[in-house]
Amino acid sequence: MTTSTKSTVTRTDGIGASPRRPDGTAKVRGEFAYSSDLWHEDMLWGATLRSPHPYARITGIDIARALALPGVYAVLTHADVPGVNRYGLEHADQPVLAEDVVRYRGEPVVVVAADHPETARRALERVEVGYEVLDPVTDAESAVAGQGAELHPGGNVVRHVPIRRGDPDAAAEVVVTGRYEVGMQDQAFLGPESGLAVPAEDGGVDLYVATQWLHVDQRQIVAALDLPEDKVRLTLGGVGGAFGGREDLSIQVHACLLALHTGRPVKMVYNREESFYGHVHRHPAVLYYEHGADRDGTLRYVRARIYLDGGAYASSTGAVVGNAATLGVGPYDVPNVSVDCWGAYTNNPPCGAMRGFGAVQAAFAYESQMDRLAAACGLDPVEVRIRNAMAQGTVMPTGQVVDSPAPVEELLRRVRAKPLPPEPSGEPDLRTLPGGVSNTTHGEGVVRGVGYAVGIKNICFSEGFDDYATVRVRLQVVGGEPAATVHTAACEVGQGLVTVLQQIVRSELGVERVTVEPSDTTIGSAGSTSASRQTYVTGGAVREACLRIRDALGALSPAELGDKVLDETVEWRHRPTEELHPETGQGNAHVQYGFAAHRAVVDVDTELGLVKVVALDCAQDVGKAINPQAVLGQIQGGSAQGLGLAVMEEIKTEGGVIRNPSFTDYLIPTVLDMPPMSIDVLELADPHAPYGLRGVGEPPTISSTPAVVAAIRAATGRALTRVPVRPEHITGT
Amino acid sequence: MRSDEPMGGFADDALVPADGEHGAEAFMPTRRTVLVSAGAAAAVTVAAGKGAGGAAWASAAGDTRVRTVGAGESVEVALSVNGQRRTVTVEPRVTLLDALRERLGLTGTKKGCDRGECGACTVLVGGERIKSCLTLAVMRQGAEVTTVEGLASGDELHPVQEAFIRHDAFQCGGCTPGQIMSAVACIDEGHTGSDAEIREWMSGNLCRCAAYQNIVAAVQDAADAGKKVRR
Repeated sequence: MTTSTKSTVTRTDGIGASPRRPDGTAKVRGEFAYSSDLWHEDMLWGATLRSPHPYARITGIDIARALALPGVYAVLTHADVPGVNRYGLEHADQPVLAEDVVRYRGEPVVVVAADHPETARRALERVEVGYEVLDPVTDAESAVAGQGAELHPGGNVVRHVPIRRGDPDAAAEVVVTGRYEVGMQDQAFLGPESGLAVPAEDGGVDLYVATQWLHVDQRQIVAALDLPEDKVRLTLGGVGGAFGGREDLSIQVHACLLALHTGRPVKMVYNREESFYGHVHRHPAVLYYEHGADRDGTLRYVRARIYLDGGAYASSTGAVVGNAATLGVGPYDVPNVSVDCWGAYTNNPPCGAMRGFGAVQAAFAYESQMDRLAAACGLDPVEVRIRNAMAQGTVMPTGQVVDSPAPVEELLRRVRAKPLPPEPSGEPDLRTLPGGVSNTTHGEGVVRGVGYAVGIKNICFSEGFDDYATVRVRLQVVGGEPAATVHTAACEVGQGLVTVLQQIVRSELGVERVTVEPSDTTIGSAGSTSASRQTYVTGGAVREACLRIRDALGALSPAELGDKVLDETVEWRHRPTEELHPETGQGNAHVQYGFAAHRAVVDVDTELGLVKVVALDCAQDVGKAINPQAVLGQIQGGSAQGLGLAVMEEIKTEGGVIRNPSFTDYLIPTVLDMPPMSIDVLELADPHAPYGLRGVGEPPTISSTPAVVAAIRAATGRALTRVPVRPEHITGT
Repeated sequence: MRSDEPMGGFADDALVPADGEHGAEAFMPTRRTVLVSAGAAAAVTVAAGKGAGGAAWASAAGDTRVRTVGAGESVEVALSVNGQRRTVTVEPRVTLLDALRERLGLTGTKKGCDRGECGACTVLVGGERIKSCLTLAVMRQGAEVTTVEGLASGDELHPVQEAFIRHDAFQCGGCTPGQIMSAVACIDEGHTGSDAEIREWMSGNLCRCAAYQNIVAAVQDAADAGKKVRR
């Protein structure tokens, strides 16, 4: 770390302010180039033939009739993959194009390039693939138990993480148990997967794509194409939302393969239905919990078994398992812990990263348990949580001592203290009722309920991962005015990172003009836009580069630079983390924790089972709000996705087949479903983080779901052990 | 959880044939592919030369200007797009959305679902908001179409665009063109009497980043400013 004597400048467009987004004008004018909007002279359209079976042996692929179709330029199978026909974030276990076996419905088997999307689609219809259908493995718990076919060498357990702390046989006066289920949630970003691959004269390829992590895409592409890294260059296309769903590959290798094969630019765009098959989802989970406590509600032990369905390929299942296990008891101080979490291979759709990443599933279970414990002890649900709330200094189940603020109690007190919405009175406005203008009730059968929840999330990558960001900052005088440029490979996916990076440079260097250059692979990795980490890590790297430039400036002001260009490239890391002990799960696995609490108020039509979330208020500690407006946006967005999981969002599978791959059948919250939120933002600095900041994006997704469900329970008296809660769960019919 | 659709989704979903985009339907029967296979050889009836709005389709059966186009034939469609006269030659099955994006290069209008579920493709036709994926270009012969690219006057943003920036009413921006077009119409329709009313009349536009609170504030603000849009 360099030392600079100058202090950070307070500005109206710097840290702590909410200046306009640099991409805002282009986005409201329709001029922002999303990856789906890209166009190239002479470009072809790529399309993907996918497996119709969850599990089958391929007996033959005949592409002759497809190739014969006029306008078709390439029909490629696994035999055309020049490099290693396997990729994956953690394990290279997923074929670029299926070889002898397909392991999920929707698995890519053949790709084509044609002069028109319609020609490409017709070509796919002419490909003949022979399948010998096999019995799919569709249940994670039995897959872990070794039942059913072995889908990958080594068996169907992707990862098992045990956590052992204290006395494994601890007993308690009050014991509550429960079995909980979490359905498969989809990221449902609005801009489906898309990209444009342009073959280059040097035998390489330039790929413009919407992604969350350019360098890990690049690493996987070069292995599949058998090209050196400098021959595959990626530039970030405009990203229409991500939420974890773009961390894995979709069109990347396919588009590059087709472009290199045809010598023509190739564009690929999934439609909404294909998007449901084209990216990983949130792991569905089955969770068994037992909480033991004193009669006053003080926790003695937590024991849990968690089964996460990873689907056909590993993706990031290993890390998701690590999170669900290490965060499995929630933000509570528990002396005796025994948690086991498994991630399984099945023939269901592959699951991986989605906002909240393992912490979401665990939170629904442990928060449901805390409500059961409160009931068993005759305590208020907030009181039992406060009694057990962790704080700075608490020892986690992993043995890690929490060394920065953990204001769990304060967050709970804040949401409890917020005024409740007024009780309905007089002639009700239909729009405020469950069922809305469908006119299903005028208030009859409607019961109000209030519920609370609090959650914990690790921020940044964990378990010994070398988590860093590379940035280059330049300062020079342009047209008589100091101007800075920032170059990184970090992916702006809508969260506002580009604004935050500008703010940091403005405050650190005291310049107004800051340009954030397009993200690409001509600079080193900035890591993934996930784990709520970019402001922390890439923001931390930008700060470090600015500090070095300030040192180089010495006594000069930026305007006095003359012809000099100050240019600093920095690779910046957060504190290292440790791997978990394989048998005890002990280790300082996480670098930072984030916390949020919610209070939900719902009106439930108890006869029809319809829910209206009347209020969903939140308190979250963000350490330091670099951009307060963006922080609120993240909290609103994360809370909405949690609400969605609570009452509507689930990919339904039957025998491994997705039944609802559309926005007609997979519902996400509309403006009518999401109430206006009252939000308290706490800024308790983490002394180890740049500016004291704490990652923001994920924590609100975690506590939102259990708070909404707790409120529905309060209104209905139903146990509600599964999300999303369906009308039949409420009516019992 | 979704309320009744308040927007004028008058183009019946069942009337929209496959748009020829992308390959997912190859193995997944949907209402669309069923329709396509049933009617693949059938000619498509086109309402030609009718003015803007949904009335063209509704009255097509009794219109003497109805003509029949053979399979694979294209039709010339004249549109006024953002005040400019534009002509596209398209097969009758091409949606207005695809005509705008792929033929006229107006990619500001987004394709989030292509089935009228998300609202990202909302444009104004004859001053009314419609989902451009749910209408065929040939159904809009002669229509006045306004897309998000047509709102600003040079560098001066439309008040609704300004309000969306001021209120941080988007993150990824993927739904934003549709939200803004819907908001312009919502204000014009006078459906901004309260937050509840705005929510009801904006509920056909999904935002996965869930910037809803800020969208409502932006619409309210633009409406309050009395800067009613004249197109």
